[in-house]
Amino acid sequence: MVIAAMLRKHSADVYVLPNSAEVGSNWRMGMKKLILAAVISAASFGIATAASAGTLDNVKQKGQVVCGANPGTAGFGVPDQQGNWTGLDVEYCRAIAAAVFNDPTKAKFVPLSSKDRFTALASGEVDVLIRNSTWTMSRETTLGIIWAGINYYDGQGFIVNNKLGVKSAKELNGATICVQQGTTTELNVADYFRANKMEYKVVTFGTSEEALKAYDSGRCDSYTTDRSGLAADRLSMTKPDDHTILPEIISKEPLGPVVRQGDDQWLNLVKWVHNALLISEELGVTKANVDEMMKSENPEIKRLLGVEGKFGESLGLSNAWVVQIVKALGNYGEVFDRNVGPSSPLKLVRGSNALWNQGGLQYAPPIR
Amino acid sequence: MIQTRFMRETILPQEAAPHRTSGVLLWVRENLFSSVTNSVLTLLSLWALYATIPGLFQYLIVDAVWSANTGKECLAENVGRPVGVCWAFVTSHMGYFIYGQYPEAEWWRVDLFFAAEALGIVWLLWPNAPYKFAGIIYFFVIFPIIGFVSLTGSTMLGLTPVATNFWGGFLVTIVISTFGIVVSLPVGILLALGRRSDMPIVRLVSVIFIEFVRGVPLITVLFMANVMFPLFLPDGWRPDSLLRVLVGVALFFAAYMAEAVRGGLQAIPRGQYEAAQALGLGYWRMMIKIILPQALKIVIPNIVNNFIGLFKDTTLVAIVGIFDFLKTIQASLADPVWRAAGMPFAAYIFASLVFFVFCYGMARYSMWMEARLDTGKRH
Amino acid sequence: MSSQISGSHATAKVVFYNDPKFRSRFAQFVLLVAIGLFAYFAYENTSENLRKRNIAQGFGFWDVEAGFDISQTLIAYSAASSYGRAFWVGLLNTLLVSLVSIFFATILGFIIGILRLSRNWIVSRLAGVYIEVFRNIPLLLILYFWYGAVLGALPEPRDSLAIPGDIWLNNRGLLVPRPLIAGDILYTVAALGIGILGAYILARFARRRQAETGERLPVGWISTALIFGLPLLVYLGVGTPLGFDFPEKGRFNLTGGLNLAPEFVAMVVGLSTYTSAFIAETIRAGVLAVSKGQTEASQALGLSRGQTLRLVVVPQALRVIVPPLNSEYLSLTKNSSLGVSIGYPDLVNVFTGTVLNQTGQAIEMVSVTMLVYLTFSLLTSAFMNWFNRRVALVER
Repeated sequence: MVIAAMLRKHSADVYVLPNSAEVGSNWRMGMKKLILAAVISAASFGIATAASAGTLDNVKQKGQVVCGANPGTAGFGVPDQQGNWTGLDVEYCRAIAAAVFNDPTKAKFVPLSSKDRFTALASGEVDVLIRNSTWTMSRETTLGIIWAGINYYDGQGFIVNNKLGVKSAKELNGATICVQQGTTTELNVADYFRANKMEYKVVTFGTSEEALKAYDSGRCDSYTTDRSGLAADRLSMTKPDDHTILPEIISKEPLGPVVRQGDDQWLNLVKWVHNALLISEELGVTKANVDEMMKSENPEIKRLLGVEGKFGESLGLSNAWVVQIVKALGNYGEVFDRNVGPSSPLKLVRGSNALWNQGGLQYAPPIR
Repeated sequence: MIQTRFMRETILPQEAAPHRTSGVLLWVRENLFSSVTNSVLTLLSLWALYATIPGLFQYLIVDAVWSANTGKECLAENVGRPVGVCWAFVTSHMGYFIYGQYPEAEWWRVDLFFAAEALGIVWLLWPNAPYKFAGIIYFFVIFPIIGFVSLTGSTMLGLTPVATNFWGGFLVTIVISTFGIVVSLPVGILLALGRRSDMPIVRLVSVIFIEFVRGVPLITVLFMANVMFPLFLPDGWRPDSLLRVLVGVALFFAAYMAEAVRGGLQAIPRGQYEAAQALGLGYWRMMIKIILPQALKIVIPNIVNNFIGLFKDTTLVAIVGIFDFLKTIQASLADPVWRAAGMPFAAYIFASLVFFVFCYGMARYSMWMEARLDTGKRH
Repeated sequence: MSSQISGSHATAKVVFYNDPKFRSRFAQFVLLVAIGLFAYFAYENTSENLRKRNIAQGFGFWDVEAGFDISQTLIAYSAASSYGRAFWVGLLNTLLVSLVSIFFATILGFIIGILRLSRNWIVSRLAGVYIEVFRNIPLLLILYFWYGAVLGALPEPRDSLAIPGDIWLNNRGLLVPRPLIAGDILYTVAALGIGILGAYILARFARRRQAETGERLPVGWISTALIFGLPLLVYLGVGTPLGFDFPEKGRFNLTGGLNLAPEFVAMVVGLSTYTSAFIAETIRAGVLAVSKGQTEASQALGLSRGQTLRLVVVPQALRVIVPPLNSEYLSLTKNSSLGVSIGYPDLVNVFTGTVLNQTGQAIEMVSVTMLVYLTFSLLTSAFMNWFNRRVALVER
C-alpha cells in the first residue's frame, strides 16, 4: 500500500509507474496494444498471406519456395555479396523449386542463424529449413517440426591451432572452446567433457561467424562444430594451414531438410525430392544424360523419370518432376561433388555419404 | 612636521598595462595556469594531445593504405613500410556497406529514396522553409509511398521487385530509422494525448503501454517481434522479417516520443486550452489547431534527441539477423580475402565516423534549435 | 441565441451522440472492445499455432537438465544443472556486469563532468570531445570496438602483457591475483563493520555538537582512521590471514588467479565509457543548475571555495543530479543486454538465447526476461519516489 501511494503521488514524474495494481496486468495490456498496432501497420504494408490450405498450395500461389538457409557455411549455404547463394543445402532448395515450378531460380533464401532457425520454420516464415540442422528426438517432439531425410551424415569435431601441439581431443583438458549458441554442438561438447572427466571453458556466441572470428583471433584454443562445417570454416581463417581438425568424432550429426509438422503432403514432397536425387545417382541418371535416359528400357528409370506411372502427380507435381530436378542440378553425387566434394575447395570425401551400395549410408526407398 | 618634499611635480606618461592583465598572456594565465592544479592539468592535456594527435594523423592518413585488392596487400611486409589503417578495405566494400545485396542495376532506386528523404528532412527541419504543412504531408504520407514503391519495386511501373532480404547496409539503417520516426511520432502523439486524456481507460492503456515499453530493453522487444509476433497471427500469415523488426522498433520509440510530446503538452499554459474551448473548438480541432503546433515546436530538440537514440539503436537489429550498416561491416570482416590483422580497426573507425557525423550533426541542430526557441524567454 | 443563454437553469438539450459524456464512454468502450478482440485474436492464433506445431507450453522446462555450459557462473552451475538454474546464472551475470559498470561509469562520469566544468579551457574542451564522441556512437559499435578491435588484438597467453602487481593481460582476458581467505578474516570484517558504525555515530555526534556549540570536529580524518585503520590493525594483529593465488602459466593459458574474461572486460569498459559521457553531462547540468547567487552568497558569508562546494553547491546539485543519474543507471542495466552480441552470458544471452533455442518456448522466455527488466525499472521508480520525497525542498 505504501508503495502504491508512493507511486501515485508522483504520477507526473517520468520515472514512475502509474499504480502498483496495474503493474501486474502491465505485460498483458502492453502486449495487446502491441499486437493491435502490429496488425494495423502490417495490413498497410502488406503481408504475404495465403489460405492455410497447405504449404504446397501456398508455395504455388506465391510462385516461389522460401527456404531457411545458412548465411555463412561455405559448401552448404553461403551468399556472395551480390546475393547469389551456393551450397549443398541451397541446391536442395533449388531442387524443390525445380520439382514444383520447373525453374530452380524460384527459390528464395532467408538467412537464419542457428538460434532463429526453428522458430522461423515453426512460425511459417520459411517453407522448408535446409540449413545443416541436426535431427534429434527432442527437436521433433517439442518444436513442432519434422525431418524429411538426411542429406549429409556428419559428426562433431574440434579444430585446433597447430602450435598448441594437440593431436587428440583427449588432450583438450583445461582448454577454452568457442561454440555457437543454440546448436546440438553446444550440448555435445558439454557431454563429451563430462563423460571424459575433463575440464573446459566454453565461450558461446550468437552466430557461427562470431564464434569463428573469436577462435581465429585467439580467444579460444579450439572451435567445435560439425566436421563438414569445420572443413569449410578452416578455409575462411586468416591462415588455414595453421589449423588441424582433430580425428575424434564426438557425436552423430545427421543433417537434413526440415518442415513443419501437420502437412504430410509437403513432407512427402521434400522427402521424395531427396530420395529422387539419390535414386538418380544410383541409376546413373545425370544432368548430361537425362534426356537419353528418358528412352531407357529400365523400368526403374522409367518410373523415376515419369515415363511410366503417375508418381509425380501423386505428390501434386508433374510426372516429369525428377527430369526437371536432374536437368537443373544433376543427381546427388553431382551436387555433392560440386559443392563439398573434390570439385569444391572443401574437398570432403564421400565417406558415410556414399551410396549404400558403395559402402556409405545414403539409401533411398524405391519409387514404385 | 609632515614633509611633502617627495611629491612629484611632473605627470608621467601613461604606461601600457602590465602583460599579466591583458591580451593573450592574461587569457593563458587565467584559463590555463590559474593555479598549480590547473597548470598540471594543462601540461598533462598538452602532453596527451602531443602523444596522440600526430600518431593518429600518421596512422589514419599518412600511413594509411588507400588501394589494395586483398587484406594481405595491406600488411606491412607486403607494402614495404609501416602501415596504418587499411582504408582500401572500406572503399572496396563501400557498395555493400551502402546497399547491402540490393542488385547493382537497381541502385538508382535506393539513391532516389535517399534523395526523397533528404528533401523531406530539410523541408521539415529548416525553420524558414515555406509550406510547412505541405512538408508534413510530404514526409508522413507521400514520401513513405515513394520510398516503399521505389525500394520494393512494382511490376506495374516496370520496377523489378526486390525482396527485403536483399536490402542491407546503410539502406536498412535509414529505412528502419525513417520508418521509426514516421510511425513513432504520430503514435507517440496519440499516446501522449491518451496519457493526458480525461477518459480513465484511455489514460490507463496509454500509461501501461508507455511504461511497459520504457521498462524493457529494445533487444527484448526485437526478440519478441522476431519470435512471438508470428505466433500471434493466423497460420499462413508471414510478416516479412524486416517488417517485424520495423514494427518492433516503431512501437518501442513511440513510447519515448510520447514522453517527449507529453513534456511539450504540459508546458502549454492552461489559458491556451481555455481560450480554444471558449472559441467553441472541439477536442481534436483544439489539439490540431492550437495546442499541438505550440507543443511540438518546443519539443523539437527532444524529438531530435530521441531520434539520435533511435538512429544509434537501429544497430541492435543486427542481433536478430537483419543486415543493417553495422552488420554488413561485421559480415565483411569475415570475408576470407580481407581477413588480416588491423581490419577490425579500419572497419570500426569507419563506422564510428559515419555514426558520429550523423548523430553529432543532429545534436548540433537540436542545440541550435533550442537556442533559437529560447530567445523569447531570455531576459 | 440570447434566449438560450438567459434561460439560465434549463440545461441545453443535446442529441445523445453530441453529449460529451456519452462520447467519452463510447470511445472508451470501443477501445476496450478493440483491445479485447485483438487479445482474443492473438490468443486464439497463438494457442492454435502452438498446438498445431506441438510446441510445449508452461514452465515445465524450469527443472529440466540444461545440458549446456556457461562461461561465467557466479553460483555453482554445470551442464547437469536445470534451466531454472541457468536463469539465475544469467540474471546474476547481468547484475554483476551492471553493478561493476555503474561503479566505474560513475567515477569516470564525475571526473569528466568536473573537468568539463573546469575553468581551464583546454581541459574543458578535451572533456567535451570525450563526451561528444561517446554520446554520438552506438553502444553496440563501442562494444564491438573494445571486444573485436582492442581486446582481440592483445597477445596470446604465452606473450601476456605483464602489469605490475602480478596482473596479466592477454587475449583470454585479464588475470589478477585471487584473494584467498583463511579462517580469521572474520575479525577483520567485523572490525570494518565496527569502524563504519563508529564513523556513523561520530558523524551524528559531531553534527549535534556543531548545532549546540558551533565547533566542528575533524570528522573526515577520524572516520577515515576508523574505517580503514581499525580493520588494518586487526588484520595485522591476527597475522595477515589473506593470501593471494597468483596466475601462472599452464598448458593453454595462465592458470590460477582470477580470470576476468574478455567478454566481461569489454562489457565493463564499453558500458562505463559510454554511460560516463551521459553521466558527465548530467553532472554538468546539475552543477550549472545551482544559481550563481548561491555561490556568491556563501562566499559573502566567508566560506572558502572548498566549503562553498561541499556545503552549498553539491547538496543542491545532487537534488538535480540524482534523478537523471538513476535513469542512466537503469538504462545501463538495460544496455547490458547487448552482452549477447559479444558472447557475454547475461540474462538475454543465456535465457532468451540458449534456453529459448533448446526448448523452443519463445513466449515463456521473452516474457520472463521482460518481467525481470520491468522489475528493475519498478524498483528504480520506487527508489526515485523515496528520494524525491526525501530531498523535496521544504519551503516555509
